[in-house]
Amino acid sequence: MEDQRKPEKNKTSTTSNLLWFFGVSTCVKLLLIPSYHSTDFEVHRNWLAITHSLPLDQWYIDKTSPWTLDYPPFFAYFEYIISFFAHLLDPEIVDLEKGLDYKAESVVLFQRLSVMVFDLVLLYGVYRLSKNFSMGFKERVLMWVLVVWSPGLVIVDHMHFQYNGFLLGLLMMSISYLMEGRDLMGGFIFAVLLCFKHLFAVAAPVYFVYLLRHYCWKGFVKGFWRISVLGAVVVAVFAAAYGPFVYHGQMQQVISRMFPFGRGLCHAYWAPNFWVFYIILDKGLAFLLKKLGLNIPVPAASFTGGLVGDSSPFAILPQVTPLTTFIMVLLALSPCLIKVWKNPQPRSVARWIAYAYMCGFLFGWHVHEKASLHFVIPLAIVAGNSLEDARHYFLLSIVSCYSLFPLLYEAQEYPIKVLLLLLHSVLMWQSFSALFTKDATAKAVVSAKKTDRQVGLKGSSSDVVEKGGFHIGWIGRCYLCGLLVVEIWGQFLHPYLLGHKLPFVPLLLISIYCALEIMYSWIWQLRQIMVST
Amino acid sequence: MEKERKKVQKPKPETESNNLYDISCLFFQKGIMGSFLLISIFSLLLRVSVSLHSYSGAGTPPKFGDFEAQRHWMEITTNLPIKDWYFNTTNNDLSYWGLDYPPLTAYQSYFHGLILKYFDPNSVSLFTSRGYETHFGKLLMRWTVLSSDLLIFFPAVLYFIFVYHGGNRSGGDKSDVAWHIAVILINPCLILIDHGHFQYNCISLGLTLGAVAAVLSRKNLLACVLFCLSLNHKQMSAYYAPAFFSHLFGTCLRRKNPPLEVLKLGLAVLGTFAIVWWPYLHSRDAFFGVLSRLAPFERGIYEDYVANFWCSTSILIKWKRLFTTHSLRFVSLVATILTFLPSMIQQILAPSSKGFLYGLLNSSLAFYLFSFQVHEKSILLPLLPATLLAMELPGVHSMLLMLCALLSMFPLLCRDKLVVPYMALYASSILLYLAPSGRRHIMKHLSRPKITFLIAMIQFLCSLIFHVIYLTIRPPEKYPYLFEAMIMNFCFSHLLGFTVYTNAKQWMLSRQFTSGDKEKKLN
Repeated sequence: MEDQRKPEKNKTSTTSNLLWFFGVSTCVKLLLIPSYHSTDFEVHRNWLAITHSLPLDQWYIDKTSPWTLDYPPFFAYFEYIISFFAHLLDPEIVDLEKGLDYKAESVVLFQRLSVMVFDLVLLYGVYRLSKNFSMGFKERVLMWVLVVWSPGLVIVDHMHFQYNGFLLGLLMMSISYLMEGRDLMGGFIFAVLLCFKHLFAVAAPVYFVYLLRHYCWKGFVKGFWRISVLGAVVVAVFAAAYGPFVYHGQMQQVISRMFPFGRGLCHAYWAPNFWVFYIILDKGLAFLLKKLGLNIPVPAASFTGGLVGDSSPFAILPQVTPLTTFIMVLLALSPCLIKVWKNPQPRSVARWIAYAYMCGFLFGWHVHEKASLHFVIPLAIVAGNSLEDARHYFLLSIVSCYSLFPLLYEAQEYPIKVLLLLLHSVLMWQSFSALFTKDATAKAVVSAKKTDRQVGLKGSSSDVVEKGGFHIGWIGRCYLCGLLVVEIWGQFLHPYLLGHKLPFVPLLLISIYCALEIMYSWIWQLRQIMVST
Repeated sequence: MEKERKKVQKPKPETESNNLYDISCLFFQKGIMGSFLLISIFSLLLRVSVSLHSYSGAGTPPKFGDFEAQRHWMEITTNLPIKDWYFNTTNNDLSYWGLDYPPLTAYQSYFHGLILKYFDPNSVSLFTSRGYETHFGKLLMRWTVLSSDLLIFFPAVLYFIFVYHGGNRSGGDKSDVAWHIAVILINPCLILIDHGHFQYNCISLGLTLGAVAAVLSRKNLLACVLFCLSLNHKQMSAYYAPAFFSHLFGTCLRRKNPPLEVLKLGLAVLGTFAIVWWPYLHSRDAFFGVLSRLAPFERGIYEDYVANFWCSTSILIKWKRLFTTHSLRFVSLVATILTFLPSMIQQILAPSSKGFLYGLLNSSLAFYLFSFQVHEKSILLPLLPATLLAMELPGVHSMLLMLCALLSMFPLLCRDKLVVPYMALYASSILLYLAPSGRRHIMKHLSRPKITFLIAMIQFLCSLIFHVIYLTIRPPEKYPYLFEAMIMNFCFSHLLGFTVYTNAKQWMLSRQFTSGDKEKKLN
């Protein structure tokens, strides 16, 4: 009798457990309401005001505040809808003129709460994933912890201020549909997501190839039918988003707002990506050649200033244009795309999408450090798959969270970000250790051999049995110690020893050091994707 | 590392079957230290995030609040010679937040004042720093509380957990231990008062907790020293004194040479006091001068609204009008003694570890309910032993006690503009009891689960309604404190019922003790 009731009970307890995790994280988020928020807070408030007080055809034209609307239309509609609630709470929030730099308690409370409420989308996405995806109980809990308690999301959304939880929730939902095999629905939600935030378009090639191969490649008639259905759905979504602006003849304006290429290759604080090495190499070469007596013209624009003008900021290496970065992203993606075409299997979708975002992060134009969330969160789905994945995820998520530290530069938030990262690391360490105990790995390997369901473990299965348990190896340990050194140098030793000299060095160190791990992780993922069947 | 893992894995097969679907199976497999590390990081995170919020008396001149009081003490202690700290001089105006805590608080203020002076000299400069409220100053002050919490309360909790659970390491469920740690560390009232309202209760409570752990591990001398230190940090720790006295006295009576044992402990107490009070022992005037600062008998029997007997019954009987302060002092003393006497007697007759914890709870509740000059914040004192007893008390009761204590502080925290952290911590303490191990505990040790659960639900709903009423409805002009009075009466009735229950529980222990002598001794 007990056995019969178990699945039922299991399901309800699963949902309530997930809600429990969400509840705990909401408590912490509530407490963080008065913490520091960046200009993004005012950006979003301004968008509330724009969408509330102006007619639709003015949304992408208004210039009252420097923080103009630069997200796609769905996000504008989203702001439009919640602006009514803001108006109910305090009309000044949505006032275009009077609301500028409005900092009253009401606006802080409203905006913070809106982020928390729309995190429910993320919760639903995670719920869908864990409901349908045949994971063990422990793996499922692990995924919740990694996503719902993600320190990066807390830092970016609930302190720095953005709506990534909501958008990533849509992505998770889309992935869950793809994994279930409901490709049309997955594609639909992804199209919706693109109309919320166009930065997510980096994964579009993966979606395109996957849907084409897995959904449409079914004989000529059926395939043609499916391709037209899919196309119709996507066109309908885009029409719903951009239709009104096409009607007003503002597409040019909307697009110029959404893609401000004048911003330069790197953000004020360099995201830890490939271009960091490129710039460093350039500086190094210039320095060397100067020592050798060559006359090198010093570039006018400085990288540490953030904005880069028209002149080439590089002394020696060739100029990088948006087109170059675009081609590089596509090149980096191509092996994955070929793999997708050859063997489009639903269970690898999350891995491929994460990889696509990683390529975008590494080689993209004007990448923000926040974009690292786009691959860390989807990767959480596969983190518990194998020991290798866990080890990789452990380092990657620590580094990605650490690279967000410069976002919160005030002393007040310092303990919070450190504690968030520590909590995350300890949680991961303990749960990975519990997941990959010696017996468990041995069992997993046995079952993998039986059912052949484990991904990419075949080659390494024998040494897993030998070593047993979760560990990150001495390189990983050294790397983490180095991270500690970088932090201590940047926070304490640098100001103490050098004072205000070379103020950019700590940030530079963080960028370079984190970029190392991100590059490694990229190569690792590429290899993993190539090796997996 | 490898050895530890092997050790931990041994009991796994036994427990794995029943917590196959327990979410805590992932986190607490590494033994007490691992669980403690995880939970302490999380509870630190809660503390730091609460400290982002407002504090008592923010931006309200001329007197401000507890925050200014603590800062003022730092100002006084760092700028004046030690003999002037407690006395009215030209540089020390006692009517403006004069020091009224024992010397250890003064030393702690001096130490923290030195730190503040190093980083922000303006914040403790004599006179000019009154009402000093800068962002950085607030941050430094907050960090002094955080560091004291981390350095005193957290190790004390670890010590207690090791002593309490160390004995049954093999059989105990790891997630239960973790839950116990969480209940003690994530005490919403303590977090709100220390890191929101601003006080240093973590120090005195931490020292007391250390003393409790020492008693449980049979290190009576250490216990005496730690408890005396706690007393010398906040005289309020005297709420626990009957329990410590009776338990230690009871155990001494059972040793080979009782007078010698008592003498040893007495010397330890006197020695500790002498060291702490050393600067004021050179003359009678100095000693009694300090002492008179500590006993605020001239204040009234209660201030503001407290969920104790005097305040709650004052609706019917106007104590303050009917009796003089002097006679009230006497009456309250008698009432308090009568209330804690049963639990003292029980401990003298049959001292046991569990009985001692119950004794702490009962005597502190007695003081809270009946003694003279009780603050809302004093509810922290009964809460500490209640959290220590979390594995013993039925979960329903300890959860309701926590929520009731929170409710009793709600008006105070509203004044401090701490409603948002209050709500967050209220929710988190409910979530704590809804966690898997909490869920297992919530109906444990109950004789009639269904009825109790029903009553508990009604109580819970009532308290929710009180919150809503207090926040949304304006009280009638004629009775501006109507809702406060309602809340306090509600909490008082709950606490009174709880006191009766825990006293009964303690006496039941001694019945068990006589029947199962050997079993108890193992504990």
